[in-house]
Amino acid sequence: MSEVRVALPTIRKLEEIGKRTGIFGWVSSVDHKQVGILYILTALGWFCIGGIEAALMRTQLIVPENRFLEPYTYNEIFTMHGTTMIFLVIVPVLLGFSVYMVPLMIGARDVAFPRLNAFGYWIYSFGALLLYFSFFAHDAPAAGWFAYTPLSEKPYSNLQGMDFWAICLVIIGIGTTATALNIIATVATLRVKGMSIRHLPLFVWMTLVNSFVILGAMPALNAACIMLLVDRQLYGHFFNANGGGSPVFYQHVFWNFGHPEVYLMIIPAWGMISELIPVFSRKVIYGYAVVATSTVAIALLSFSVWAHHMFAVGLGHTLDSIFAAASMLIAVPTGVKIFNWIATMWGGSIRFTTSMWFAIGFLLMFTIGGLSGVTFAVVPIDWQVTDTYYVVAHFHYVLFGGTALAVLAGAYYWFPKITGRMLSEPLGKWHFWLTLLGFNLTFMVQHSLGILGMPRRVYTYPNIPEWNELNLISTIGTYILGISVLIFLWNIIYSARRGKIAGNDPWDGWTLEWATTSPPPVHNFDDVPPVKSARPLWDLKHPEDPDWLRKSKKARAKKGR
Amino acid sequence: MRQVTSALESHSPLQHGILHVTIVTLVIMFLIMVLVFVLLVAASLRYRQGRRPGEPDQNFGNTKLELAWTALPLLLLVCLFILTVIAMRESDPPVASASGADPPPDIVAVGHQFWWEFRYPAEGFVTANEMHIPAGRRLLLRIEGFDVIHDFWVPVLGRKMDAIPGQPNEMFFEASEPGEYGGTCAEFCGAEHAWMRILVIAQAENDFQLWIRQQQSLPPAPSEPEAERGAQIFRTTSCGVCHAVNGVSSGRLGPDLTHVASRQTLAAGRLVNNPVNLEAWIADPDKYKPGSFMPNAALSEPDLSALVRYLETLR
Repeated sequence: MSEVRVALPTIRKLEEIGKRTGIFGWVSSVDHKQVGILYILTALGWFCIGGIEAALMRTQLIVPENRFLEPYTYNEIFTMHGTTMIFLVIVPVLLGFSVYMVPLMIGARDVAFPRLNAFGYWIYSFGALLLYFSFFAHDAPAAGWFAYTPLSEKPYSNLQGMDFWAICLVIIGIGTTATALNIIATVATLRVKGMSIRHLPLFVWMTLVNSFVILGAMPALNAACIMLLVDRQLYGHFFNANGGGSPVFYQHVFWNFGHPEVYLMIIPAWGMISELIPVFSRKVIYGYAVVATSTVAIALLSFSVWAHHMFAVGLGHTLDSIFAAASMLIAVPTGVKIFNWIATMWGGSIRFTTSMWFAIGFLLMFTIGGLSGVTFAVVPIDWQVTDTYYVVAHFHYVLFGGTALAVLAGAYYWFPKITGRMLSEPLGKWHFWLTLLGFNLTFMVQHSLGILGMPRRVYTYPNIPEWNELNLISTIGTYILGISVLIFLWNIIYSARRGKIAGNDPWDGWTLEWATTSPPPVHNFDDVPPVKSARPLWDLKHPEDPDWLRKSKKARAKKGR
Repeated sequence: MRQVTSALESHSPLQHGILHVTIVTLVIMFLIMVLVFVLLVAASLRYRQGRRPGEPDQNFGNTKLELAWTALPLLLLVCLFILTVIAMRESDPPVASASGADPPPDIVAVGHQFWWEFRYPAEGFVTANEMHIPAGRRLLLRIEGFDVIHDFWVPVLGRKMDAIPGQPNEMFFEASEPGEYGGTCAEFCGAEHAWMRILVIAQAENDFQLWIRQQQSLPPAPSEPEAERGAQIFRTTSCGVCHAVNGVSSGRLGPDLTHVASRQTLAAGRLVNNPVNLEAWIADPDKYKPGSFMPNAALSEPDLSALVRYLETLR
């Protein structure tokens, strides 16, 4: 059996810490599994807060000229909803699954830098609390999650909200960067013997690519935040037109981060889908190399499309066309993924578990989000619908219909591994169908709202009959979505205590995490099975038809010809 | 007051191209969506568990097929890109080359927190929130931001354009037939972003010239005593610090009031303009537009109605 490579002092530390229990055990833990669980649960908590904010906004918009929320309060809430969902929920929950699963999937005992891992989590956690402390300091940020200058500058946002925002984003970014570095180092150095880069599970592949995107994107955000702070606190004029600065410059720097950010919020989710569609279709991923390399293509292209957020700025046709072309190009590798996932299901023997339902829901919803994304690359369409509810609809189809559904699929898939118990399938089916219904009611109509001329980020709207009906439908959808989240929370609480015992390998999986107990011991594996392909457990379970033999057969046949 | 605000309608030659490419793109995207949905549903129905015993055949991929579904979308997108570039030129023709060197703008739209200032430089007057244009004539519009970034957007007449402080933008603007077209500020600009609406009134050339003459003239001096007392109040309280009334005051921080009574709405679309609403608005701006910079002047009841009586003479 293969050796597990990890520095010795770490092992000793781990075993010692594994014995600690209770709150102190969690707070002092550097075990990647405990840190991963902390990440996921913390993100889930913030998801509930962000969801409540969403419900408040939709309640305000249920009828025209509603007086439920004050305008400024509404602006604070939509700013915090965006900031929360992006920086406190989606990115951390994906990091949580990454730090939990990556070492298990590559047969390692822990991440490369366990202490840095814990540091990454705690700094995120404190950054998040500090951000919300702004509510108690009587001024939450209210200039939108994008904080465009000059609105976010001192003359127009004169309380401390924007300072909280800029400082907290830098702090949270430190944690994100630390964890990204950690994942890269882990994958680079701690793979079990035999696991070459071509044998990496696709979730690990995409997490790895994602970590590089994080490293590329975060400096731009930090630059934007620091320059904003200099303007606000030290009377700088980076973005002040009167002082020779440029408000548009801020947009370039921010979206230079912001668009890779969009992709780093979905790439690991694609990884989850690439793991569980094959397992539930009982068929190997269709075109492993294409699925993996298309991710790299997307990661590279994601750094060259940022100005499609700025087509209304008046950059001129030349620049607009270049960014339009790049934005269209990025749709190609994305489309390839969709087709490869469907091809994986084609000819399979599909198990319709809740996890698979969520994966299919992901494919449907993400397709809509991806296609509406292409319409923004058609610049004249963008000139009409940018900054309208059409955009709101689009990115919720990507981030909720895409990332959230994929993460929920991943949650149903890996919950048995993490807790040792299955999530309830009947509750899961309710959860899925209510989510799908509520989600589509909420956001499908927002496409129409945007095209009908309703701008986004408005606390109310004039009495226009078409808008009224669509807004009402959207709000009802939000409440249904809220109920579905409650069902999910109940499912977690109930199943963690009373759920069916899962056993080591409830789904008949093919990657290494299913070769250990559920939940895994502190040291992860007693023995790691031999790895000769991307599906080591398939090879183990099907000695008559292992993947590695098939490949070498193919190679021999080629040579013979 | 009924306004069309749908981007799926066109009342301008500049919007035709946008509408056309929008429909073509939406149809293509819809067809691709249907294709993916059909494939997915077919796969889900045909390959449910239990049709065959044991594990299905393990198919590792097919390079030719994968190349095909890389190349075909790429081809489609190349076509779409060509359509895009054509539509861009059609709907937003370059400003400088159309008529030689930089021509002076016909109208300057300035975004303020939270209202629109419309200047007519050649005619020499300023108005607010309602822009009159001659139908069938192509105008050059200059768009500026006074404080923060705003965005000028009238969907049925074409593209939106950001109003950026320190970086003015220019675009052509045209309505093909007379009518009233609704629009709004489309870039988040602060507390009252929701109430920064635009009303474009396209008129036949004659009506437009009449309107121009009316805007250029000074409103008649108030004749009845109540209105005269109102004018006195306007002059002696702080109204004129922010609001201009030609011949009376020259404030530029708030909307020009020289012909305020001739406008349809108050506070950038917040209220219908009539004496009752005007009085209510001045009495308590925070009630209708909290976050706007219009202060509560704390006038007594009789002073307030005198002031409104005066403002109603500004036609």
